Amino acid sequence: MADIHRLAQMLKELDDQLVNCMRCGMCQAVCPVFRESGREADVARGKLALLDGLASEMLSDPDGVNEKLNRCLLCGTCAANCPSGVKVMDIFIKARAIMTGYLGLSPVKKAIFRGMLANPRLMNSLMDIGARFQGVFTKPVDDMLGSSCARFMSPLIGDRHFKPLARTPLHKIVPELDTPAGSSGIRVAFFVGCAVDKFFPEVAQASLKVLEKAGVGVFMPPNQACCGIPALSSGDSDTFDKLILQNVQLFREGKFDYLVTSCASCTSTIRELWPTMFGGNASLRYDLSLLARKTMDISEFLVNIIGLDTKEPQGDGVVTYHDPCHLKNSLGITEQPRNLIRAAGCEFKEMNEAGTCCGCGGSFTVAHYDVSRKIGSRKAQNIMDSGADIVATSCPACMLQITDMLSQKKAGIKVKHVIELYAESLDG
Amino acid sequence: MGAEKLVKDFEAVVGTGNVMTSETDRHAYSYDAAVLDSVMPALVVRPENSEALGRTVRLCNENGIPLTVRGAGTNLSGGTIPHPGGVVVLTNGLDRILEINEADMYAVVEPGVVTATFAAEVARRGLFYPPDPGSQTVSTLGGNVAENAGGLRGLKYGVTKDYVMGVDFWDVNGELIKSGSRTVKCVTGYNLAGLMVASEGTLGVFDKIILKLIPPAQAAKSMMAVFDTMEAASETVAAIIANKIVPATLEMMDNFTIRTVENFRKAGLPTEAGALLLIEVDGHPAQVEEEAEKVETLCRKLGATDIKVANDAAERNAVWQARRDALPALAKLRPTCVLEDATVPRSMIPAMITALGEVSRKYDVTIGTFGHAGDGNLHPTILTDRRDKAEWERVEKAIDEIFDRALAMGGTLSGEHGIGLAKSKYMERETSRATLEYSRRMKSVLDPKGILNPGKIIG
Repeated sequence: MADIHRLAQMLKELDDQLVNCMRCGMCQAVCPVFRESGREADVARGKLALLDGLASEMLSDPDGVNEKLNRCLLCGTCAANCPSGVKVMDIFIKARAIMTGYLGLSPVKKAIFRGMLANPRLMNSLMDIGARFQGVFTKPVDDMLGSSCARFMSPLIGDRHFKPLARTPLHKIVPELDTPAGSSGIRVAFFVGCAVDKFFPEVAQASLKVLEKAGVGVFMPPNQACCGIPALSSGDSDTFDKLILQNVQLFREGKFDYLVTSCASCTSTIRELWPTMFGGNASLRYDLSLLARKTMDISEFLVNIIGLDTKEPQGDGVVTYHDPCHLKNSLGITEQPRNLIRAAGCEFKEMNEAGTCCGCGGSFTVAHYDVSRKIGSRKAQNIMDSGADIVATSCPACMLQITDMLSQKKAGIKVKHVIELYAESLDG
Repeated sequence: MGAEKLVKDFEAVVGTGNVMTSETDRHAYSYDAAVLDSVMPALVVRPENSEALGRTVRLCNENGIPLTVRGAGTNLSGGTIPHPGGVVVLTNGLDRILEINEADMYAVVEPGVVTATFAAEVARRGLFYPPDPGSQTVSTLGGNVAENAGGLRGLKYGVTKDYVMGVDFWDVNGELIKSGSRTVKCVTGYNLAGLMVASEGTLGVFDKIILKLIPPAQAAKSMMAVFDTMEAASETVAAIIANKIVPATLEMMDNFTIRTVENFRKAGLPTEAGALLLIEVDGHPAQVEEEAEKVETLCRKLGATDIKVANDAAERNAVWQARRDALPALAKLRPTCVLEDATVPRSMIPAMITALGEVSRKYDVTIGTFGHAGDGNLHPTILTDRRDKAEWERVEKAIDEIFDRALAMGGTLSGEHGIGLAKSKYMERETSRATLEYSRRMKSVLDPKGILNPGKIIG
């Protein structure tokens, strides 16, 4: 039991935050996982009680607690709605790091995070090979969505309708950029993000096109590393720190006014988590805070800094919008992406529960596909009920999940990033 | 009987996925929203239909296992904290609205239906279910009935008990007991439905509840009146009622709460004010106009320095947002937040306000006071850190004294949170030894093995 005692001591550092939960249970009203399961251990109050139980040595089963802790999308809806202002995400991320430090990282995750994610060049080449050979194992199911399913029985893919890797990732199309500021007098650094690079290069291309047309100079260094959120949310803070260091070295080279991304998860990670969760050299934390302050979601940048040219409605289809948790709950960004859709000349129609999580949650959808699918299916139904022809969003991870869900329902609705719609409107 | 056999028996009744045995799962049901120590249950079961619920109760009784029914676990008096080694029976698998009868204005629900979900469904049919406890977005109707939950509309519309027309419940033997009716009038036999209200799970387990519905008010008007002192505000409350006006809601906030809410929301509340009254009158449009005017005149006469009347839905919402923010804003100040609900007759509100100030100074504890002034149900909210032993001792003494003072004024221990574990020790002070003995005798006959939520209300 000496070991448990050590874990309890480590968790004690969360005590000041844990104690703020007054157990009112209001998180039950907003938690997407709880809505599907009705289990107290799935909602924030339950998880906080479990961590408290472990810290006060009332519980003796760290594996059991860890399992419950990981049944969470980290969507942050509970924190955004908590009457006591408990920083639930902060606590969960720190707790996952502590639990992973104590229990160890699974061999698969170790291979993925430390072997691949931490080596962007290696990851790029492996993914390139993957992109070339994926057709052997998969077959297309929905032409409009470009989704595929497994050709043979596969435990990892299951019956998912996933978006295959892009034939040519962005780093092959545009390896790097360093253009001077144009008419706007502004230069931005563009952080691509893994999912955009490998699944949705067209989103990055649309972003670059919009920036160019707006007279914004772009600094986009080659071999960018992952923002680190997959590693951090699995408790692997070492890899998270390594990835931050790699990225900081790259972006330090350039001079820019803002750092812009078209991925909600990357934006919120750089802005919220890089300065607070980086465990390395303390002197770097100041730089990270400065960088965080410069970081913006692409629609936020276009609306708040550049200003939009509004197009007349084109009348070619109705668009609805899904709020990614990382924009809405972490950063409170909800209006700008909608404005971008309207500015693109699209007819906008709000769906029910637009701000409810799509059920992806990064590795959550891999580990808990059944729950993820139930949550996603509800999202898909809301999209269908809105009567939209296109669902737009601001996060490639949400795009992957929603593509899967809409493809399974044969909904006949396109999935796009808001910046794609805006970029298309600039052609006319 | 061995534990494994017992788990198998429960699984046979509710299905394997609905029996939780792991330490982590059980720990997640060891507490509720009361500031009390948690207690681990031996087992958590989640019946998904009426028959399984009845068989679960019977199985517990046959084995002499304590049983605590739990809806959303938002209880503020410890009513859903399990008994050591007992079973927690979850009702959130029983969440069907079985009937909403628009012609006869009643509804039949299962106990696990969430209050706000129900109210919204009723409103969609053009009817109104008034009880609105603060936790309504998650609380369940079964829990509301078991605790006789109140809310902001208590003054005019009453509390949960005023809407319970009948309750079907399981007795300890797993026999279904029927009480009340779908009719407005019903005097068939003992008023068992009335007995079940506020019984906190100690006399039976709810299977179905028949609830009364009413037509919604056609119009409403809200206003915010500013006072220099709590005394002036509370005298105004008494005067409004004495003038035969019954607002739908009549809420009060003290200076400490006003400043905390303003700091939290920055909505432009008057931070210098000693007290605020938030008032809403509703009913027929003409009546609403007349009453609003009368209330305004009374407020001014009794010292209101400013009155803001809401002109549209947005302004009306702003008034109520300030009230809704009271608890969250206070809760953020210190780690532990003890929300009490000592209640006094309306005419004693000024005296109670004075008493709370004295208690706060005497024990050197921070108390923010807001609440349902119109029905005498105040929420002195004590802000503390339970880990600070010396301070916590003072808090416990302050709570004791708050109840003593309320009782001395002809008040009660609980307006809407229930007795549970937290206040059972005070029961004799409000009632009498004979009352407790009578209740215990009744309980011992209905529940000879004492399995139904033992330790609650009567100790």
